[in-house]
Amino acid sequence: MSGLSWARRNQNWLPWVGGAALVAVPLFVIPALSPAWDPLRLAFVWLILWQWNAQISRTRFGPVAAPVLFGLTLLILWEMTVRLFDVPSVILPAPTAIGIALVDQAGTLRGDWVQTVAKGAFGGWLMGSAAAIAMALLVARSDVLRRGLLPVGNFFAALPIVGTAPILVMWFGFGWESKAAVVVVMVFFPVLVNTIAGLDDTTAMQRDLMRTYGASAGQELRYLKAAAALPFLFNGLKIASTLALIGAIIAEFFGSPTFGLGFRISTEVGRLNLPVVWAAIVVAAVTGSLWYGLLAQLEARLTFWHPSQRGRA
Amino acid sequence: MSDTPLSAPGAGIGRSGKVALALRGTARRAGPVLAVVVALIGLWYLACIPMNAQNSLLLAERAGETVTPATAAERRSMSGLALALASPGAAVEHAFAQDRPRLPSPHQVAVELWDSTVDKKITSKRSLVRHAGITLAPTLLGFVIGSLAGIALAVGIVHSRLMDLSVMPWAIASQTIPILAIAPMIIVVLNSVGIQGVLPKAIISAYLSFFPVTVGMVKGLRAPAPADLDLMRTWNASGLRTLVSLRLPSSLPYLFASLKIAVAAALVGAIVGEFPTGAVSGLGARLLAGSYYGQTIQIWSALFGAAIVAALLVAAIGLTERVTLKRMGLT
Repeated sequence: MSGLSWARRNQNWLPWVGGAALVAVPLFVIPALSPAWDPLRLAFVWLILWQWNAQISRTRFGPVAAPVLFGLTLLILWEMTVRLFDVPSVILPAPTAIGIALVDQAGTLRGDWVQTVAKGAFGGWLMGSAAAIAMALLVARSDVLRRGLLPVGNFFAALPIVGTAPILVMWFGFGWESKAAVVVVMVFFPVLVNTIAGLDDTTAMQRDLMRTYGASAGQELRYLKAAAALPFLFNGLKIASTLALIGAIIAEFFGSPTFGLGFRISTEVGRLNLPVVWAAIVVAAVTGSLWYGLLAQLEARLTFWHPSQRGRA
Repeated sequence: MSDTPLSAPGAGIGRSGKVALALRGTARRAGPVLAVVVALIGLWYLACIPMNAQNSLLLAERAGETVTPATAAERRSMSGLALALASPGAAVEHAFAQDRPRLPSPHQVAVELWDSTVDKKITSKRSLVRHAGITLAPTLLGFVIGSLAGIALAVGIVHSRLMDLSVMPWAIASQTIPILAIAPMIIVVLNSVGIQGVLPKAIISAYLSFFPVTVGMVKGLRAPAPADLDLMRTWNASGLRTLVSLRLPSSLPYLFASLKIAVAAALVGAIVGEFPTGAVSGLGARLLAGSYYGQTIQIWSALFGAAIVAALLVAAIGLTERVTLKRMGLT
């Protein structure tokens, strides 16, 4: 009874499941030995998963389930490609091999993470952003300074600032301080430019209103300009968070103690131990995504009134 | 008579009024920028004094001058600022013309830049123009590949709800992966497969430049007003016709804005891609070679060379943008 009603509710699924089974059996069971069929097998799995994804995206779980399933699809295809075509792990290790390396090397990677992310990237990001915000608050008070600094800041923000890494490593030594310094330099201009632009993003009407209330400069900053700057500031901070990770890792290529994510990547590449390299990359990527996600959460909390946030509901 | 003679009353007024306005605008805009640049150069010169103080005092001592902490051993533990304050004369005198300063002074960098661009033949191994050209090839190739991929992905995302739902979050997540950090690995791995030369660096550049283009183009392709889209529907226009005649033209301002970001990112990718190939050729290689041999002036001039290349690339796109948008009547 219940089976029948399930079938009725999901009748647009059934032809797919049946058809898939019909193709899958000959494709995977009968010519099991012929590698010539491998591309077809890959295409088949991709088609099935993509179709499933199309079905799921129409349900109310779509916004969450679709990207997850798409990620899973990529992982499965990756694993299948590596196994079917015997790709050497030097070129592309399978996801499972990377997972095993991630578990095996958990202790080492934790040490690397503390050195590179917690001290270098996060420390530098905090210092650089704080300095940029302080500078922006100073600059925003003077129109001439603002008009002079904004183009120059924009110019610096577009520069290949990673190039300063060798210089800063020379100045500050091999420890985490030099990595934090690279991060400070990389983070400073994007945050500065965004904050200045944000502090300036008030309308004449709003400024007039503040004047009507008899607001002091401090009150105007607190109640009008700071609020106006927040969406821009978060944009800058989010860009800066990815830059910070890149800066801290790149700087380690120019000299580091014998731990750190950048050091791990460069030495394990030298030893052709690619699963560990990829594990280090996974650690960096997950950290980057979490960092970005937390900032986005905080942004949604603090700037709930902004059109870009309201439109999402 | 369509054109009035030059001597006609009031003939030149419109034009000269415009010129004057443009000039006034330039002065208003350029003045503060110039002031900031001058201030930055001034700060740089000032910073040279404490940064180079350790070496300055050593040079002064060797030249027979008396410096306040008399021996190098005493000076070693002191900070640059303390040294500069202890014997300001010697610190200032020797700060700006050292062979391997910790911080080269602006004119040293400018002279090195001039030497390695104008005075050297392009074929010379020390010519910065040659190195910039070598870096430019993968930058442009990667930029073109990345931009085309970005546009294609954006078209897909705008036209398919499924792609919007499933690909877009991953396109964003892909940028939190510090790809630059694994650039050296990509180069080494592709090398071991036999792919060498321009392509591996171009791949990194392409990866870095596709994302800004995708995000910008998704926004741009969705920019047409609902009324315009309705009009296309009224005409029974196909999806392709709507894309070509409405969505693509109205996305151009967004496209150019993101192309500027993309080309700067592509240059960074190409420079970092040169690091692991050893210090052979290219701007990144000049940086690396400079840091190996302590040639600080060379590092700084390579850095400024890269900055100039980046500025030129962005300016070129800016010019294309202005001409295109003007011809389309969008500005």
